[in-house]
Amino acid sequence: MSTHSIEPHSHHEGASHDGHDHGSYKSYITGFVLSVILTAIPFALVMTGGLESRALTAVIVIAFAVVQILVHMVYFLHMNSRSDEGWTMMSMIFTVVVVVIMLAGSLWVMYHLNTNMMPQMDHNQMQGFGS
Amino acid sequence: MATIDHSTTFLLGRLNWSAVPTDPIVLVTFVVVAIGGAAALGALTYYRLWGYLWKEWFTSVDHKKIGIMYIILAIIMLVRGFADAVMMRIQQVWAFNGSEGYLNAHHYDQIFTAHGVIMIFFVAMPFVTGLMNYVVPLQIGARDVSFPFLNNFSFWMTVGGAVLVMASLFVGEFAQTGWLAFPPLSGLGYSPWVGVDYYIWGLQVAGVGTTLSGINLLVTIIKMRAPGMTLMRMPVFTWTSLCTNILIVASFPVLTMTLILLTLDRYVGTNFFTSELGGNSMMYINLIWIWGHPEVYILILPLFGVFSEVTSTFCGKRLFGYSSMVYATVCITVLSYIVWLHHFFTMGSGASVNAFFGITTMIISVPTGAKIFNWLFTMYQGRVRYDLPMMWTVAFMLTFTVGGMTGVLLAVPPADFVLHNSLFLIAHFHNVIIGGVLFGCFAAIAYWWPKAFGFKLNVFWGKVSFWCWVVGFWAAFMPLYVLGLMGVTRRMRVFDDPDLRIWFIIAALGAALIAMGIAAFFIQIGVSIWKRKENPDLSGDPWDGRTLEWATSSPPPAYNFAFTPVVHGLDAWAEMKQEGQKRPKAAFMPIHMPRYTGTGVILAGLSTVCGFALVWYIWWLAALSFLGIIVVAIAHTFNYDRDYYVPVEEVSAVEGERDLQLAKLGA
Amino acid sequence: MSTTAHPSAAATSYWETEPHHHPEGASTSLGFWVYLMSDCLMFAVLFAVFGVLGQSYAAGPGPKVLFDLTLVAINTAFLLVSSITFGFAMLAMYEGRQSRMQVWLAITLFFGLAFLAVELYEFHHLIEVGAGPQRSAFLSSFFALVGTHGLHVTFGSIWLVTMMVQIHRKGLIPANQRRMNCLSMFWHFLDVIWIGVFTFVYLLGMI
Repeated sequence: MSTHSIEPHSHHEGASHDGHDHGSYKSYITGFVLSVILTAIPFALVMTGGLESRALTAVIVIAFAVVQILVHMVYFLHMNSRSDEGWTMMSMIFTVVVVVIMLAGSLWVMYHLNTNMMPQMDHNQMQGFGS
Repeated sequence: MATIDHSTTFLLGRLNWSAVPTDPIVLVTFVVVAIGGAAALGALTYYRLWGYLWKEWFTSVDHKKIGIMYIILAIIMLVRGFADAVMMRIQQVWAFNGSEGYLNAHHYDQIFTAHGVIMIFFVAMPFVTGLMNYVVPLQIGARDVSFPFLNNFSFWMTVGGAVLVMASLFVGEFAQTGWLAFPPLSGLGYSPWVGVDYYIWGLQVAGVGTTLSGINLLVTIIKMRAPGMTLMRMPVFTWTSLCTNILIVASFPVLTMTLILLTLDRYVGTNFFTSELGGNSMMYINLIWIWGHPEVYILILPLFGVFSEVTSTFCGKRLFGYSSMVYATVCITVLSYIVWLHHFFTMGSGASVNAFFGITTMIISVPTGAKIFNWLFTMYQGRVRYDLPMMWTVAFMLTFTVGGMTGVLLAVPPADFVLHNSLFLIAHFHNVIIGGVLFGCFAAIAYWWPKAFGFKLNVFWGKVSFWCWVVGFWAAFMPLYVLGLMGVTRRMRVFDDPDLRIWFIIAALGAALIAMGIAAFFIQIGVSIWKRKENPDLSGDPWDGRTLEWATSSPPPAYNFAFTPVVHGLDAWAEMKQEGQKRPKAAFMPIHMPRYTGTGVILAGLSTVCGFALVWYIWWLAALSFLGIIVVAIAHTFNYDRDYYVPVEEVSAVEGERDLQLAKLGA
Repeated sequence: MSTTAHPSAAATSYWETEPHHHPEGASTSLGFWVYLMSDCLMFAVLFAVFGVLGQSYAAGPGPKVLFDLTLVAINTAFLLVSSITFGFAMLAMYEGRQSRMQVWLAITLFFGLAFLAVELYEFHHLIEVGAGPQRSAFLSSFFALVGTHGLHVTFGSIWLVTMMVQIHRKGLIPANQRRMNCLSMFWHFLDVIWIGVFTFVYLLGMI
């Protein structure tokens, strides 16, 4: 978006002075290779029919997703605890906390609501992921 | 209500003559507003003020002017919202003994919906956003916010939302659903016409502005503090603003997305919140309160900051327990995300869920209570000066504490089952919103008015307004507690039991007192402007303030500070005064400032048109204006020349005048 | 307060009288990051809705009938490749090699558009077989979640074209570099969201 700030001009332009990391060909390729592996395995797992236990398959798939998100954060988004005096990291942690509260809270609240208020329904349908 | 012609045409969608209300009350309002509006526009044209307003105000990216415009918007909308309140009070006194009152159901339902929507989104929100906009950059020693253009755009988006809500009064109808538009009532089946659509697009247009201004102020506080101002040296108002903006950024997207899903249900025929094909209307209630509870703290936290500033200034000492105040604010910020279900204990999630949210709700009252003690201990052994801001603060402490305690009563799930949606609840949240937010806004206006305009407000009319408001509030809402305990539910239009009437009469008298309070407020502003020469503030520091906004002139120059202040501790300005600092005599430097631009006005105008077109299903206009938004936004990014330097001569001229002013004062 | 003309020691320590340099646009990247966080919460709502309503098929078709994982895998590959080509464009930018950067951006745009094409094909196919967003709460939440991500990619592509024009006109000036930084964050952020989408919507739906 069109943003613009009003600090006085600087004579040393460049983006690396406040802890921002650019990455390198090496780090991008590392990230890419890791991502390909982390994507391919869960896809292969599900496309070949998955494990005996559906729950275990789901847990594995989710675990791969979490690791891959971390890989993207580090190698593509260059997350570190230094950029903008750590505010980038702080804001992300706060967001993750809110997201977790929202997701877990909604599922919990709505699951209990459905169990209490619509007992005639098939509960298997109402459970969250991984069931 | 006249019958509605539901046919649609390509050119005007479903807009036709049946959209113009025939209800005499609305008609009279329309005529009055039209005459008043025409008079105002005529006066502006006659005095050739359009060019001045456009150049100096509408296109301004100066955070001070934008802040003032926000507050003007809030005050205008307060009058509209209060008119709705008075109409409800009259209806509820009238509609006894078989009388239907003077408002039909269709009209009455729109009024209570509009009252809630306007008071929260277009009075309280612009008030706090305006205050933060005006004060925060001054308090942190900055020259403007991080993204000045975005600030102007945000303001005009808020205006756009307000325009849509106001337009619904005269073209079509407003929602009849209550201020949060719960489905399935707000679905297409029960609300087929334009009311809910006005609600949706009004809030969406304003919501974009609110979110962007939240991002803007958040980044401003993080990035633009004066050298030496560490986090624990920030003024308390800046701290509460920081937390407020964190809450805005992390909760308004939830409102936006929830309303988008409701929109899809209404426009596309999806089944998120419908009662068929797997939709679940309770999910809407769950989501909207995930936004709604943080919203409560968005409203009150900045005012907690105001009360802190006022208390320490008017007691002439450092705020008691500064760090506990900060930690309490941060605690509230986080805890406000885990209490949302207390708004719907009765939904039926069961004992375990209700117990959890009941307990978290009781916990969140602890940091709030800690704040009250901090203010009391600041007053203890202080030399309290009972000027207007301090009077509002004391009234707040007494009133808000009662509201807080009734809130804790409602936090007990079994009690809530009795009191849910009763007038007890209405009394509770008016008790905290009027007693907290509104009293805080009046304290803030009295406190910072001299800073903004260079003269103090008239004290006599201020006191009249104060006493009318405080007494009026207690008279208007205590009866509602009683009625709530007697089992009267909210949003009722007619009553059978004549025993209830006396309480409604008392409440209506209270509302009349509040009306006098509002009138006295306007008289106060008028008299103060008229007699501004009698109460000038030449020093820039009329209250013996403690924070940096008092270190510059009143009103401050466009660039706020010719030299950026350097901070060595809490209450930076108090310390500067104590150390006998002098205005620096070093050579002035050119000051880098952003240019004014009309792009924000144009973008917000197009968004408003787009919203109106979507309300009325005028698809070609919606598509055209949306395209216009994209084109104008992209064109704006091709403009790289957005700033300029205030030349040294101009800075030294302004500062020279300031020297003269101070010399006159010192003589 | 007096205004004697002698600059005292106190005056110099309480006011910054020397010109000082802040990097221009120092707030931009944090501001944009905060915007992304708020965008993330919009997606969180969609994920929550999908979590709650994702099994409400209303006696209609479910994921196993509707989804084609091969298509999703191809799409994921497109997005992943576009991520690394964007990374290469950014590296070219830091090296100051403008034409090389433009080539990488064009390749990124190509993969972005390919992703959108496949997604539109998938949507078209679903609506064709009677599994449109109106059919059930599951399909409503599916279309809303995946469609919102697709809309973001669309706006990202428009932005990308705008940036290519602006870089062509103005070169790699600091303002353009800042904007590229923001766009880069946006593009990679969409990739992160997509990981959530293919995991929770497609893979878990197909187990």
